[in-house]
Amino acid sequence: MLGKLTWAAIPFDQPIPLVAAALVGVVIIGVLAWITLKGWLPYLWREWITSVDHKRIGVMYILLAMVMLLRGFVDAIMMRSQQALAFHSGGYLPPEHYDQIFSAHGTLMILFVAMPFMIGLMNLVMPLQLGVRDVAFPTLNSVSLWLTATGALLVNISLVVGEFARTGWLPFPPLSEIAYSPGVGVDYYLWSLQISGVGTLLTGVNFVTTVLKIHAPGMTYMRMPVFCWTTLATNLMIVAAFPILTATLAMLLLDRYLGFHFFTNEAGGNVMMFMNLIWAWGHPEVYILVLPAFGVFSEVVSTLSGKPLFGYRSMVMATMAICLLSFTVWLHHFFTMGAGADVNAIFGITSAIIAVPTGVKIFNWLFTMYGGRIDYSTPILWSIGFMVTFVIGGVTGVLLAVPPADFVLHESLFQVAHFHNVIIGGVLFGAFAGYTFWFPKAFGFRLHEGLGKAAFWCWFVGFYLAFMPLYVVGLMGMTRRMQHYDVAAWHPWLLIAAGGAAIILVGIILQIAQLAVSIRRREELRDVTGDPWNGRSLEWATPSPPPDFNFAVLPRVEGRDAYWTIKQRARQQGRLSEEPRYTDIEMPRNSPTGFICAFFATFMGFALIWHIWWMVAVAALGAYATFVVFAWRDRVEYVIPADEVARIDRANRSARGAALVHMQATP
Amino acid sequence: MSAFEAAVGHERDLPDRRDMAEYVAGGLVSKRIIVGYGFWIFLLSDIVMFSAFFATYAVLVDATAGGPSGRDLFNLRNVAIETACLLLSSFTCGLASIGARTYRGSLFYGAMAATCILGAAFLFIEIHEFADMVAHGAGPTRSAFLSAFFTLVGCHGLHVTAGLLWLLTMMAQVFAKGYRADIRRRVLCFSLFWHTLDIIWVAIFTVVYLMGVEQ
Repeated sequence: MLGKLTWAAIPFDQPIPLVAAALVGVVIIGVLAWITLKGWLPYLWREWITSVDHKRIGVMYILLAMVMLLRGFVDAIMMRSQQALAFHSGGYLPPEHYDQIFSAHGTLMILFVAMPFMIGLMNLVMPLQLGVRDVAFPTLNSVSLWLTATGALLVNISLVVGEFARTGWLPFPPLSEIAYSPGVGVDYYLWSLQISGVGTLLTGVNFVTTVLKIHAPGMTYMRMPVFCWTTLATNLMIVAAFPILTATLAMLLLDRYLGFHFFTNEAGGNVMMFMNLIWAWGHPEVYILVLPAFGVFSEVVSTLSGKPLFGYRSMVMATMAICLLSFTVWLHHFFTMGAGADVNAIFGITSAIIAVPTGVKIFNWLFTMYGGRIDYSTPILWSIGFMVTFVIGGVTGVLLAVPPADFVLHESLFQVAHFHNVIIGGVLFGAFAGYTFWFPKAFGFRLHEGLGKAAFWCWFVGFYLAFMPLYVVGLMGMTRRMQHYDVAAWHPWLLIAAGGAAIILVGIILQIAQLAVSIRRREELRDVTGDPWNGRSLEWATPSPPPDFNFAVLPRVEGRDAYWTIKQRARQQGRLSEEPRYTDIEMPRNSPTGFICAFFATFMGFALIWHIWWMVAVAALGAYATFVVFAWRDRVEYVIPADEVARIDRANRSARGAALVHMQATP
Repeated sequence: MSAFEAAVGHERDLPDRRDMAEYVAGGLVSKRIIVGYGFWIFLLSDIVMFSAFFATYAVLVDATAGGPSGRDLFNLRNVAIETACLLLSSFTCGLASIGARTYRGSLFYGAMAATCILGAAFLFIEIHEFADMVAHGAGPTRSAFLSAFFTLVGCHGLHVTAGLLWLLTMMAQVFAKGYRADIRRRVLCFSLFWHTLDIIWVAIFTVVYLMGVEQ
């Protein structure tokens, strides 16, 4: 009836996951009860859960990312403290638990923190920057969001019911084969990635179509903000790389479920083929994460320096070059495979070459800041912190791209330090820069500056303290994923690293405080103009938060930095442009399709993990029925009448008018 | 309506007249183009997935682990019939999309039914081939080569199955709702999907069967 699922699946003998799960459960039930008691449930269902509005979907993606960041960070703290304690002792985490923690940490941070954070920012900002009303396929967008949430949910269910993979964030065979990982951990990993991978792929399809096909009049490709270009590049990579992941994980699933021999030791299976396939996805994946962050920095640096971006064309070229080159370097993840000197040399060279366009970008940002009047608020602090940190990470990356050096450093903590250096310093700092920068656009008030700066400094200092020691112990020969060790020379460095993690914890607490304080003081932090940073691109032409339809009349774009041009003209002429003629606007209706699909997908994933075959069939049928019901709808759009559009836009125009008068008064 | 217009099918797919002003002045693209374009991107991703399976097959083709190879297993006569079924079904699928564009119910339903029958015949032969191989001890668990073979060809077969389900759903939709603009867009996507399965089959036919028998 319930397949492999029995009471034995719940780890009653392990206090840590049970207590953690109980805490999380209490928080979730508490939040749900609070929402229900306050009577917000219908509102949440109507306006958020079923929403197909790209801005709200973006906000929900970022919320998911932040909650998962907390979970992934708890794992990080546990690992750092374990290694700090585990000198000449077993520490406090038994090996099988420690292995699950580092596997869950990597999986969560890459796929359920960095990915949703970046996709959330793209959702929120890209259509606004293009000057349009929504993405190409709004309902599909909602499906993507909820499938991603399903993946995250399954990973977290594994905390209580059963176990998670002990195979690292990429499940390398033969360890991940059924012979060596007979439990459900690897299955949890595989199905949650398959389901959320479908969501990500659909996002890729959706956003590529949006950026290439849907623009405001005059928004040609070479006038798009760089963030839109990086969105395009990222989603092209998603479309080209995620299917490889799907195929690879499907093969591992077939090995595990039906006894196929893709990656097994016997019957002709080829383990190294898994490495090749998974990294053919995995390396583009890291650029999928970091390119949107590059886009964020481009917007932040240019806006807060009060200058157009230096070298726009080279920035676009560098972005697209990275997009292509990212598919030519995957073998540097396993130089030690034994492919021979020729192959290793070629991949070493391509890996070094990909640093060049990134270097171009760093110089472009520096030259953008040079001679600018820099507003040193939180987003630019994250950007400067990024530039310093990312260059160090890039240099150690080029070092690792040299095959002989890689033979020494492969799978050492040096490598761990390197990729945290680029992913925290690049992706996460970019995510936080974008979060601070666009928060007022999403919610209509700014984040508290003082707490934001304090959080930045804690993260910045904490990062260096936590990860620079790992370079050192890596060079001393410490391999990654060690549950305990006996080398006295490593111990002090690992103590420092644990201290760094503690400082990052303070940074996270400050960020939570920043959010709470900002919500409390939202009236004094209110952004009345819709343009809090003196922005350059079209998202700042809308009120904060923007109305459902974003733009009452689609803006006419005449050059780069479209909104800056509009502002300059208004300033020269001393008045706003003529009031446009308002017409009715048709917008897509909200739809529960995404949520219901994800509901069935969750059950299907869970049933597949535990071999509950009847539930698989029921859920598959349910998902198909959902699609048919959705396809049978007759009314897909609703109309916002012209009067309503006019009322909303006149309020926006009067705010702009007041800002113009203010600007004129202070030359 | 001229044949050209029927083939291009753009005239009716514009948003209503009311939106024409914005449509022309704004340089916005019609929904038909956006949907078709998006679906093409999706199909490209599907092709990437197949290419991963093709690459795997190419790596594992000699890993027979002492078991049968393609030369021992493949029956080109059956495969030729399969190929004929699928290529013909692509033609009837094209006829069906012309039927949908010109609102000719008999053409649409007839051609869709023919596509369905040909697709089902293809699947029948394929399942028969698979069952035969499994019965002779050459199932996917026998060797890495057979794992790769069953996965690559079976993945295509799964796509055909999904296509048949979609095909029947589209027939039901046209029957229930008529040739609404959004439904015709779905018919367009379905035909793109079906033709893509043909492209992939041609590659399977060549790489798996023809080259397999050659070895």
